[in-house]
Amino acid sequence: MSSPSRVDLLLDLADDELILGWRNSEWTGIAPFLEEDVAFSSIAQNEIGHARALYELAARELGTDADSVAFDRPVAEYRSAPLVELRRLEWARTIARHWLYETADAIRLETLKSSDDAELAGITAKIDREEVYHRIHAEMWVDRLLGSDEGRPRLEEALDELWPYALGVLDDELRPELVTRVEAKLGRPLPDADAVPRGEHETELAELLEEMTSVRRSAPAGARW
Amino acid sequence: MSPDNACGDPTQALPTTDAVWGAFGEIPDPEIPVISIVDLGVVRDVRIEESCVHVEFTPTFMGCPALDMMRSQMEDAIRGLGGEPEVEVVLDDSWSTDRITAEGREKLRAAGFAPPTPRAPEPPTLLQLERGAFRCPWCNSTATRLENLFGPTPCRSLRYCDDCRQPFEQFKTI
Repeated sequence: MSSPSRVDLLLDLADDELILGWRNSEWTGIAPFLEEDVAFSSIAQNEIGHARALYELAARELGTDADSVAFDRPVAEYRSAPLVELRRLEWARTIARHWLYETADAIRLETLKSSDDAELAGITAKIDREEVYHRIHAEMWVDRLLGSDEGRPRLEEALDELWPYALGVLDDELRPELVTRVEAKLGRPLPDADAVPRGEHETELAELLEEMTSVRRSAPAGARW
Repeated sequence: MSPDNACGDPTQALPTTDAVWGAFGEIPDPEIPVISIVDLGVVRDVRIEESCVHVEFTPTFMGCPALDMMRSQMEDAIRGLGGEPEVEVVLDDSWSTDRITAEGREKLRAAGFAPPTPRAPEPPTLLQLERGAFRCPWCNSTATRLENLFGPTPCRSLRYCDDCRQPFEQFKTI
């Protein structure tokens, strides 16, 4: 299997962070309680900040600007993993997705931080400093739900549903590490599953992009605000 | 010089690096105006190159909306000194909360923001954040507890002091 180009790798990361950032922001104003309203809004802001920096690197190679890369591509060209595209405004699924994504992302960042591409190593190390807090938050919630009679079955069901999607965040060679970490936390084997791969988009992505880019598309070219 | 060179007129007197640092020391952080961008440690280098004032700027938290404003304020300050700015955003891993100066940390505390704890070799854990000694900026007590890992901006957590019964914002360590 050939390795993806540098731009594709940057876009894998950037698209995941942008789309998940948008999904996280959907809890702004309606989370179960105020602390989580603040937390998911702040996490969304971080993820979109990471996406922006990664799009800037990609844009430099593509000879364009970050906003064009982020917002002007056709749906089929997005490289996001289907895990981040799903619209799941339900708490157990939100926590399941949050924790699965952060666990997978941590594995991916660990490998990229030691890249021989100094720029990629630097930016992923910087991103990882902030992701530490996302992981603490996700694990805190997993522990909290696993420790409750109502939460545990709901979280377990959500994790089983999203597991094939979680595998799709990572390349083949990193998936066994994700299995190890998730099984260690849950204390049970995960269902056998085929990964839902990157690029096989959920219908929710088109709806998300339609909404996300509506203002940009409505403005005349060159508008500034 | 060629007309498409972004830098200014080489015959004009250039500002000194000291003057540029001095002007940057007057630029407040747009979100926490009690400290300057120099206190914050985001200016990594100032060099006079040819007829440009070249600045290396390392962002703090990547989603911080104040970054664009800091950048344009640095450019304005350089122009105010008669220089032509060239601000390079360095997206590497060189900024951490340890770059905030001692003076900056005191200014934060005086304004009611608990400054970041020093960065340890290993990233923080929930146990440390819940049980560690975080000092209330109002009364100096360490009988404080974590209310929320996240706060009003990416750089802050929310804590509560059980002694003086005041909530406060704790700068995250990254």
